Amino acid sequence: MTFSFRESLLRLHAFARKKPLDRDLAEELASHLQFAIEENIQNGMSPQEAERQARISFGGPQQSKETHRESRGLPYLDTLLRDIRYTLRTLWRDRAFAAIAILILGLGIGANIAVFSIVNTLLLRPLPFANSNQLAWLDSNRGVGGLSAITYTIDVYDEYAKQNRSFEQVTAYMPFFGSGDYSLTGRGEPLALTGIMVDWNFFQTLGIKPEYGRAFLPGETAKGAYHVIILDNAFWRQHFNSDLSILNQSVTLNHESYTVVGIMPPSFDFGAAFAPGQRMEFFVPYFWDDIRQWGNTVFIIGRLKPGATVQSAQSEADLLMPQMRAAHKDWYNDYPTRVSSLSAHVRGKLRSSLIVLWSAVGLILLIVCVNLANLLFARSAARSKEFATRTALGAGRSRIIAQLLTESAVLSTAGALLGMVFAYGIVSFVARQATLALPLLSSMKIDGATLLWAIAITAFAALLFGLAPGILIASANLRTGLASSSRGATDGKHFHGLRSLLVISEVALACVLLVGAGLLLRSFLRVLDVDLGFQPSQAAALKISYDDNGDRAHRVPILQEILRRVQRIPGVEAAGISDMLPLGRNRSWGFQAVGRAYSPDDFTGAYVRIVTPGYIPAMGMHLREGRDFSWTDDRPDTQQSVIINEAAAKLHWPGQDPLGKEVEGFTERGKTATVIGVISDVRQNSLEDASTPEMFLSYAQSGPEGSELIVRTKLPPEVLGPTLARTMREYSPDQPVGEFRPLQRIVDSSTSPRRFFVLLVGSFATLGLILAALGIYGVISYMVTRQRQEIGIRMALGASRGNVVFGVVNRTLRLAFIGIAIGAVVSFVAGKWISSLLFQTEPGDPMTFVVMLVVFASVALLAGYLPAQRASRVDPLVALRYE
Amino acid sequence: MMPSEPKLDLLQGTLDLMVLQTLATLGPQHGYGIARRIEQVSGDAILLNQGTIYASLVRLQQRGWIAAEWGTSDNNRKAKFYSITKSGRKQLSTDMSYWQRLTGVIGRVLAMQDEGEN
Repeated sequence: MTFSFRESLLRLHAFARKKPLDRDLAEELASHLQFAIEENIQNGMSPQEAERQARISFGGPQQSKETHRESRGLPYLDTLLRDIRYTLRTLWRDRAFAAIAILILGLGIGANIAVFSIVNTLLLRPLPFANSNQLAWLDSNRGVGGLSAITYTIDVYDEYAKQNRSFEQVTAYMPFFGSGDYSLTGRGEPLALTGIMVDWNFFQTLGIKPEYGRAFLPGETAKGAYHVIILDNAFWRQHFNSDLSILNQSVTLNHESYTVVGIMPPSFDFGAAFAPGQRMEFFVPYFWDDIRQWGNTVFIIGRLKPGATVQSAQSEADLLMPQMRAAHKDWYNDYPTRVSSLSAHVRGKLRSSLIVLWSAVGLILLIVCVNLANLLFARSAARSKEFATRTALGAGRSRIIAQLLTESAVLSTAGALLGMVFAYGIVSFVARQATLALPLLSSMKIDGATLLWAIAITAFAALLFGLAPGILIASANLRTGLASSSRGATDGKHFHGLRSLLVISEVALACVLLVGAGLLLRSFLRVLDVDLGFQPSQAAALKISYDDNGDRAHRVPILQEILRRVQRIPGVEAAGISDMLPLGRNRSWGFQAVGRAYSPDDFTGAYVRIVTPGYIPAMGMHLREGRDFSWTDDRPDTQQSVIINEAAAKLHWPGQDPLGKEVEGFTERGKTATVIGVISDVRQNSLEDASTPEMFLSYAQSGPEGSELIVRTKLPPEVLGPTLARTMREYSPDQPVGEFRPLQRIVDSSTSPRRFFVLLVGSFATLGLILAALGIYGVISYMVTRQRQEIGIRMALGASRGNVVFGVVNRTLRLAFIGIAIGAVVSFVAGKWISSLLFQTEPGDPMTFVVMLVVFASVALLAGYLPAQRASRVDPLVALRYE
Repeated sequence: MMPSEPKLDLLQGTLDLMVLQTLATLGPQHGYGIARRIEQVSGDAILLNQGTIYASLVRLQQRGWIAAEWGTSDNNRKAKFYSITKSGRKQLSTDMSYWQRLTGVIGRVLAMQDEGEN
């Protein structure tokens, strides 16, 4: 039925004004009858006969009102509203059922909405940059190795920027920053700040403008230019109280003056895209010539020209890089470059985890639907008489299905609203996890796409758990109708078999979830169990700064004094200093055994950490051979000493004792260094990657990149922190208020993405288990109630309570085991699928499967035992009289 | 009063046409008046539950072809009076020519069948 616009409006209007229109019609009909009666009386009828005849020729008044309403209003909507009212009434009567159904749906839909917003933020939404699909990321060394291996020198960057034809513009930033590298002084308490050095066109290439002020200018990366700085929005709001007058003023960073030229918009979060889990406080242009000699220092980001693709840029780089090297013999290597889209670079590693997460909540939704279908079956058994009566009164099959669908729609809408509340809670909780090392997380919110998704899955759920039982019930009703006994039409074998099938599939689905979560959990535990090579407990790190004029000879007495003061603090067991902590930033230098021939393919780089004497014991690292550094033996004017890790020993001196061996590659031209010690491998970048060669050099003999003070103590960091800060402040008043960070937190941050996924998948698996248990309980409990009479007879004939319990439990376990068997097979396949996410865990890990079996069997046992217990308490006499 | 032949069921849409024609010829009328008029003209040959006329009236009103207003009848009774609008007259002439063409065609088709039987 199609109406014109005008008519639709009028119909809607009439629909809304039902009461006055009905009153108007009633008046009109009354006057109609009066006219007819008067005419009949005039024609000579008695008043009674006149009224009788008038009513006959008028026809049914109710019918007339009905057709009037239908032709003026919206009959479908009327029916729908009636169905909804009816549904609300019946659900209210059955409050317990409604509450459980809505709660289950809310949990299922809520989990789905929350995970969708995570997936949407981390995977689907474009990056928060202008035309972000044109942005590409360049890794050197095909993206393999530590930061020093995959970055470029300024020379390479310059040359590539000039020669490439793929990019409209390329820019670079320096990833070798440490948190709190800069100290801001002259504005109250000294502050330790984290900033990042970028090329002048960094923001321009990303397509972002500062909210206030201006971006950097081309000349500002030239040596000798004025120092300028752009502030991060959040930092500006917090520390400068959103005061715009800071623009064009100067601030003092590391004793140098910088002019504030811009403030970024709040939407720009450098850390979210490039350094997950960290917040940048400001941006400064780097002075090219200062870092030109520092080796590989920058990452390259480019904006593709129209028509150019990541693939075409890749082919160009494959040709261009070796050509450029041929012209510049002094470059370290060919810079075999990997070009990837910026989006893939930011999100690539997360893809598979997120898809697994998404599948897990999908399973939850399926389990929820199966559970609900099961509940609705149980309910419709009790309502079969009602449906039979309605059928007898003329309701068609489609009307009854429509009614059942209305019911499922009302339930799932209520569930979705509840789910929204859950999802909102989860999303705002997750978005606040600033230390979680996942990209883009802070921009997570429930947006339009999420709402659409919520509506889609709600409709899907309503159809799935409403339609299937609806059709079955409606057809069953037509067959058996009122003829069935009070046990109801759905008591037949047909329905029982179907419900069992539902429970089996529910158990199987939950099994898959449980095994998946089990495998991930086991991987996570294995990760936590990894031998880090150092002891993170009872140790903490503090960023410190001191003024040594870049002079090694000057540095030694300063550090000795600092360590002496720190070691005097009561409770401090050991203390040492390093420029870079494990699991944080890194750099690597060349490292070769003197006198050994290496082929060009040999890996001859090693991570570098500059440390003081005492650092190795303070970290709880294990010195396997040789000695630690000492202030007296390792001086600026003595032969350089080096401590290496086992990986380096194995690579360069296989089967030999490396102690006393000479090495070169990182030393000054014509000089060598001597290996004085070997330590057990320390996990360098992540807990999951095996260690590669690493060397430790002394502060007295090398140039450090900042300083981290490590203190081993039994005191909690909150207690020791202030004392330590005071000691440092006494020594140098410009010392910024750094945070005293427990080493465990650094380890936790490194495992946080895995912890996050395990937590989510684990909660979903638990939810699945509970739902499956509810499903089993529901079916068995229903079965027991229906079979009261039979049980009563068997007990009257001499069956013991034990027999009855055994019978029921036996049947429960049979259902559960079929489900578990199917689930185990599917899990095995699914396990293979997620094997890339597992760590030292086989997809068919027997332990996980056995635990799953035991957990499920016990849950099923409990779910069956409760109704069995009830069944065994049946009094035969009462049961026989029942019904 | 009762005709010997069985009464005719109304075809879909024909009641609307009759109501429009009645209002066009008689001017403003209340529901009872329209119903009686149709019965009289048809010689009581049409099976018309008078109550069904109100569904037709509200439909025509929503399409803008007739207008309604409460008023007083000759014998001083309150009644709702319906009158045809300008677009109603236009619709009436369209419907009328359509109806005449249709009955013409049906008539010819039926006549052809008669010839065939003879």
